[in-house]
Amino acid sequence: MAEAPPYPLNIGPIHPALKEPTQFKFVIDGEHIRETDFQPGFNHRGVEYLGMKRNPLQVLHLAERVCGICSAAHQYVFCRAVEHAADIVPTERGDYLRAIVAELERIHSHLLWAGVAGHELGFDSILHYTWKVREDVQDILEILCGNRVNYAYYIFGGVRRDISKEDIAKCRKILSNYRKIEDTVLSIFFSDPTIIHRTKDVGVLTHENAVKLCACGPLTRGAGVKKDIRFDWPHGAYGDMMDDFKVVTPETMGYHATGDVFSQIVVRIGELFESVRMTEWLLDNMPSGPITSEPNLSALLMAKLRMAEGEGVARVEAPRGEDIHYVRLKKNKMEIDSWKIRVPTYGNIMSWLTMFKDQQIADIPIIIASIDPCIGCMDRVTLVRDGSQAEVDWKVLHDMSIEKSRRLMR
Amino acid sequence: MKLTKSFDKSLWVFHVNAASCNGCDIEIVAALTPRYDVERFGIKLVGTPRHADVLLVTGPVNRQMADRVRRVYEQTPGPKAVLICGNCGATSGVYYDSYCIEGPFDEFIKKVDPNAIIVYVPGCPVRPEAITFGVVQAWKALEKLRGEA
Repeated sequence: MAEAPPYPLNIGPIHPALKEPTQFKFVIDGEHIRETDFQPGFNHRGVEYLGMKRNPLQVLHLAERVCGICSAAHQYVFCRAVEHAADIVPTERGDYLRAIVAELERIHSHLLWAGVAGHELGFDSILHYTWKVREDVQDILEILCGNRVNYAYYIFGGVRRDISKEDIAKCRKILSNYRKIEDTVLSIFFSDPTIIHRTKDVGVLTHENAVKLCACGPLTRGAGVKKDIRFDWPHGAYGDMMDDFKVVTPETMGYHATGDVFSQIVVRIGELFESVRMTEWLLDNMPSGPITSEPNLSALLMAKLRMAEGEGVARVEAPRGEDIHYVRLKKNKMEIDSWKIRVPTYGNIMSWLTMFKDQQIADIPIIIASIDPCIGCMDRVTLVRDGSQAEVDWKVLHDMSIEKSRRLMR
Repeated sequence: MKLTKSFDKSLWVFHVNAASCNGCDIEIVAALTPRYDVERFGIKLVGTPRHADVLLVTGPVNRQMADRVRRVYEQTPGPKAVLICGNCGATSGVYYDSYCIEGPFDEFIKKVDPNAIIVYVPGCPVRPEAITFGVVQAWKALEKLRGEA
């Protein structure tokens, strides 16, 4: 005789529905999920610790390997944080080229997500179609940066490679192909019966919960919260394009912001083509001039970064949401003194707990995929206390929090 | 054990993400999708190690994943080859001096099975063409095994 419901269901860390190792623990009653818990930490590589043993130029290399999908975003935000700390001003052309790569990365990331979402729905034709389309943007990135993933494009004060006239023409040609397929892609994702049936009213994140749980990125925009660092906190070239572009929400695409998986598809597909238009705008309006304010790397390292003293914070809208880096530099110290990364997935994971409530088991893969999780980004912190206690539970954490508040008040 | 000829013309691959940064993982998916399309050669990604001939491993192995990866390796039926994708698996890459890394992966897997067939695909991240080439090298290694049997 089997035990009575509810039953525990364990998914991960290695599971076909998960592209990255993480573990989910569900409590199920029949087909329905009653409780959700998840355990991160399987992808922990100690990136912040490694960063504090290297100098800023070496960390630049490490920063882009926090995550292979949003590698440009991490480099971009790390550069901006160090520039903030060391008072380096990027050149105007450098700012435009930075924004171009950031937008191209958004195109590739959203196409990747659309394919994975199709795959999780069991709709592999979509996976193959979107990934075929995605190879075109990979070509542009390869023309611009010389690599398909991990671009090594950003440097403190600008970028490392300029774009030639011939390359601009090639990029424009490929981008115009995206304009041609826009209607096809929109009709696939917005009117295909399989997608509509599987995603409408599934994994709902309400407006209230999105605000309460501090979610970010396309996930919150799908729930109707207008939150986008590119427009809320314009930086670099984004300040110049405020008049021509607006935050993409389901409303601007002609749908209601219900917060379900379908709204997130609407936001991401809408943003994808908005990014195509943004890249074209940036190519049209790109100023001439030097690409970096300090082309000599050893001068940059020895004179500016080594002598810098101070803290820097920067925020950038990565494809998955707001990415924040904090950097502290000390004078006469080659290594960075302190480095803290807050990645978008870290803000988004708590939404899972409300999104899974009373959903069916078959919807688990698409709900996991819907926040576009990037465990590689997220798993950087595990708490080990006194070298013996591997887990720190909520109460201990709460006590630690109170203790810290008291310490700071003194 | 004698391998049949049909075996090495359709390698089935199981992908293990051992704390990778995702860079290699997306290139693996790119290798499966239309532009590169390794399914033309009978190479297929499967959902369980028990169906697989080749284990495709990305990332340096961290402590949390070490035991899981070892179990996945033991669950894969022999004869099997391990395809290490990316610099991390071969040398631990940029994470070489981290406190939580058990790898490099080749040294780790040799402790589990000293006779493991290991194919390296270097790159950070690997290109899809390189992955296809790596699987061809795994073919050759397994074909050689057939000659010895």
